[in-house]
Amino acid sequence: MVLPLICVLIFPIVILFIIRGTYLILNVNGKKIKKTTQTKPSKTLIVLGSGGHTTEILRIVRHLNKKLYFPRVYVQAQTDDISLMKVKQIEENINDYKIIQISRSREVNQSYFTSIWTTIHAIFQSFPLIWKEKPDLLLCNGPGTCIPPCLVVFFFNSLFLLNTKIIFVESFCRVETFSLSGKILYYIANHTIVQWPLLGGDNYPRSIFVP
Amino acid sequence: MNKRILVTVGTTKFDELINTITTNEVLQELNNQGYNELILQIGKTNFQPNCSSRCGFNNIKAFHLNSSLHEVMKSADLIISHAGAGSCLEALELLKPLIIIINDHLMSNHQLELAKQLYKLGYLYYSNCKGLLKLIQIVNLSKLKPYPGDKSKDIASIIDKIMGYSNF
Repeated sequence: MVLPLICVLIFPIVILFIIRGTYLILNVNGKKIKKTTQTKPSKTLIVLGSGGHTTEILRIVRHLNKKLYFPRVYVQAQTDDISLMKVKQIEENINDYKIIQISRSREVNQSYFTSIWTTIHAIFQSFPLIWKEKPDLLLCNGPGTCIPPCLVVFFFNSLFLLNTKIIFVESFCRVETFSLSGKILYYIANHTIVQWPLLGGDNYPRSIFVP
Repeated sequence: MNKRILVTVGTTKFDELINTITTNEVLQELNNQGYNELILQIGKTNFQPNCSSRCGFNNIKAFHLNSSLHEVMKSADLIISHAGAGSCLEALELLKPLIIIINDHLMSNHQLELAKQLYKLGYLYYSNCKGLLKLIQIVNLSKLKPYPGDKSKDIASIIDKIMGYSNF
């Protein structure tokens, strides 16, 4: 009795996800920026990678208008304390932001096999987090930690449950090839911003190259 | 007048670089170019470099890693660094003459891509340990261009465009 009921509920969700997800990947994500004007602030979720990634994304966040990108939620890997310190350095008012911890999808030197488990774990952790926060913007720059929250946002977007913009900024270090997160988020993110010409232009028409 | 060189290997270790720098040939060549002070940030290693005064260098110091590295960078006249993006950008932003030394034992390292690209743009020189002596013999550090700074501000304004905040 329960099984058919679950099937009847889940089946349409899966079908809708596949159809709408494909539509988003092919016809919405990676297109030219539409001219819009907005006055309301956007709740911004910022995924902190670790080390260099955190430094890079916070340099960008420092240039964003703190009244427009408000409030800010930083999502941080559990094993990283330095990131926390760096956030405190750029945030002045404690009421403007908060920091949430999730687990990391791949430790340095962790094998790709065991990293599948940690990634699945991180995806399940991201569901309640994203649903609770309902951000207007998800900002990330790798590494693997940022993939699970992006996939979950993409899932909710596909089902019309959220309308969150995902922006992925590829690291300054990647000159000729995309990182693993870049390769995946090139399709999943609404916009991919790159810093070197080989990752944009005719090679990768979906990305936005910053000269 | 003291002219100071900082060698930095970041949080890992790169004994080959420290070893190459402290050979008498390299020290002599650096001294010929007017440098007489050497600070070695050697990272997580048990390797003990020879810090005795020689080849015109009256002050050679080594330390593993500490939080004042940035201050030491500021005080240096030349920085010789491993290819880590963090150290690399930090040195460029301080507008210091910079030589990047690639670690040949780290293959398929995308940091090499970055060093090459920044070399093409004229912001730094790079080499491996073997080529270091030759590089400092021929290189003209005054030809390096000042680094214009990172793209964070431009990226932020693209994000503004995407979110519809361009008019603010």
